[in-house]
Amino acid sequence: MDIQNLKHKATELRIDLIKMLEKAGSGHTGGPLGMADIFTALYFGGLVKYDAKNPKWEERDRIVLSNGHICPILYVALAHADFFPKEALSTLRQLGTMLQGHPHRLDTPGVEISSGSLGQGISAAAGMALGFKSDKKPNKVICLMGDGELEEGSCWEAFMTASRYKLDNLIVIVDRNYLQIDGHTEDVSCLEDLDKRFEAFQFNVFRCDGNNMEEFIKTFEKASKPNGKPSVILARTFMGQGVSFMKDDHSWHGKPPNKQEAELALKELGGI
Amino acid sequence: MVNEAMKLAENLFNNDVKMTPTRDGYGEALVELGESNPNVVVLSGDLTESTRTEGFKHKFPDRFYEMGICEQNMVGVACGLSMVGKIPFVATYAAFVPGRAFDQIRISAGYNRSNVKLSGAHAGISVGPDGATHQMMEDIALMRTLPGMTVIAPCDREETRKATIEAANLEGPVYLRFGRDKVPEVTTKETPFKIGKANILMDGSDVAIIANGPLVYEALDAAKTLRRNGVYCMVVNMHTVKPLDVTTLVYAARKCGAVITAEEHQITGGLGGAVAETLARNNPVPQEFIGMPDSYGESGKPRELMEKYGMSSTAIIEAVKKVIARKASGRIFAGVL
Repeated sequence: MDIQNLKHKATELRIDLIKMLEKAGSGHTGGPLGMADIFTALYFGGLVKYDAKNPKWEERDRIVLSNGHICPILYVALAHADFFPKEALSTLRQLGTMLQGHPHRLDTPGVEISSGSLGQGISAAAGMALGFKSDKKPNKVICLMGDGELEEGSCWEAFMTASRYKLDNLIVIVDRNYLQIDGHTEDVSCLEDLDKRFEAFQFNVFRCDGNNMEEFIKTFEKASKPNGKPSVILARTFMGQGVSFMKDDHSWHGKPPNKQEAELALKELGGI
Repeated sequence: MVNEAMKLAENLFNNDVKMTPTRDGYGEALVELGESNPNVVVLSGDLTESTRTEGFKHKFPDRFYEMGICEQNMVGVACGLSMVGKIPFVATYAAFVPGRAFDQIRISAGYNRSNVKLSGAHAGISVGPDGATHQMMEDIALMRTLPGMTVIAPCDREETRKATIEAANLEGPVYLRFGRDKVPEVTTKETPFKIGKANILMDGSDVAIIANGPLVYEALDAAKTLRRNGVYCMVVNMHTVKPLDVTTLVYAARKCGAVITAEEHQITGGLGGAVAETLARNNPVPQEFIGMPDSYGESGKPRELMEKYGMSSTAIIEAVKKVIARKASGRIFAGVL
């Protein structure tokens, strides 16, 4: 897909995301909107190997969602990539659904790991990368993480493993939106200077505008060239990106839009 | 006296009974598995020698991962390895796995249904001089609440070897528990072992002693002494706490009408709890619990600690007397009513 079509696709994902969350009446809105461009690039920009008709294809790259709560955008991306029918999106968080409130590997085709308790996906991603590297297989492992998630100490244990074993098949993407449930990340905790921290952990560090399709794709291509070190992309995104009244507002972390809000959002996105 | 079909060590009750730590069997099995299954890998949390993973490390250096002191991450990495076809064995102390890494075990291992094999070494009070921080007495309780987790506490070196090999062949998460101290070699290569199938090591009809780990030997020793006084105990080696062998347990409870559970673990939540939950539903009988009496441990020699906290054959004998009295009074009341 060319850049123009990718941008269009990202808007489609946002539209389905709003519809899905409004229907569910529960779920996270802000983070998924902010990550819509990156998910579009990963699933439709030709950056990642997968086969929707054969989700367990051995040669696939692994996309590991460590901050499981933003799974609505993962589900929308997987549905658009034909891992399962789009109709399933309307069942999010309902009893008996294949789309759990936090992703479950055994329920949803394309979900690589069950996650929701923060800081765990990155360890699993490091394990997958270690396995591929030991077997000299070319598969890449892409791990998506929240910035607030980095407050979990075990993340940094995983980063040490990644550099100890020179996992240059691991690309970590940090959703750097500076917001978490209780407010600004630097008020809640103390994450900066993230560049220096990752450099000190022997990572290749890349920064980009995570809501700029071209810039993200170029950065990802650079980050995925193996050079003996794991890579991290600190992707500056905005929570709620695409919907003006949600943008950069942490109150949209964990709630869905109501009917009125959804209509407003869809109007802005061109979905009505 | 002992059940011959169990092919127990012939010198079991002699002074020359062989004494070895259970973890030795883990190390032996890992080397065997390394040879027979190229997918088996081992992760060590800076405890290679004491968890007996050295042999594997030297023989299969490419499949041995030194992880350092990061148990939470180590469990997660193991789960990731299992997602790409490996059968990872995670080696550290029980105080840390499951102790420190419970959330990772619950989500990354359990909910994910990862094919990981967790091993908690140095479990129980017989760790001795290291004291309470390292005497993990709550691991079985933590592990057996997790859906789909298999939980095994083998009684000696040979049984640990068999359990480790079977664990590798079982799809799904497994928790194996070992002690630090040497314990008598009760079983032999010929002793049957199947995950989830209890072994009746000694038959009897007065009281059934349901034991696992190092308490199996203590139970046999107690039963031997009691026999001299005309009390006939059945001794069941319940090495697998989950899935529990309900059939054998209910048979034992029906036949004997009273049970003792014996384990090197808190009396709440471990084997004793599992047995009580099962019998309450199927065949309630008086039960006494041998285990840690809701307390943290302390420094001391293993034997001293086992005696002090009531996890020895002496304590089992007392518990048998007590439960027989309860059984008898139960009969009297039943007769009156």
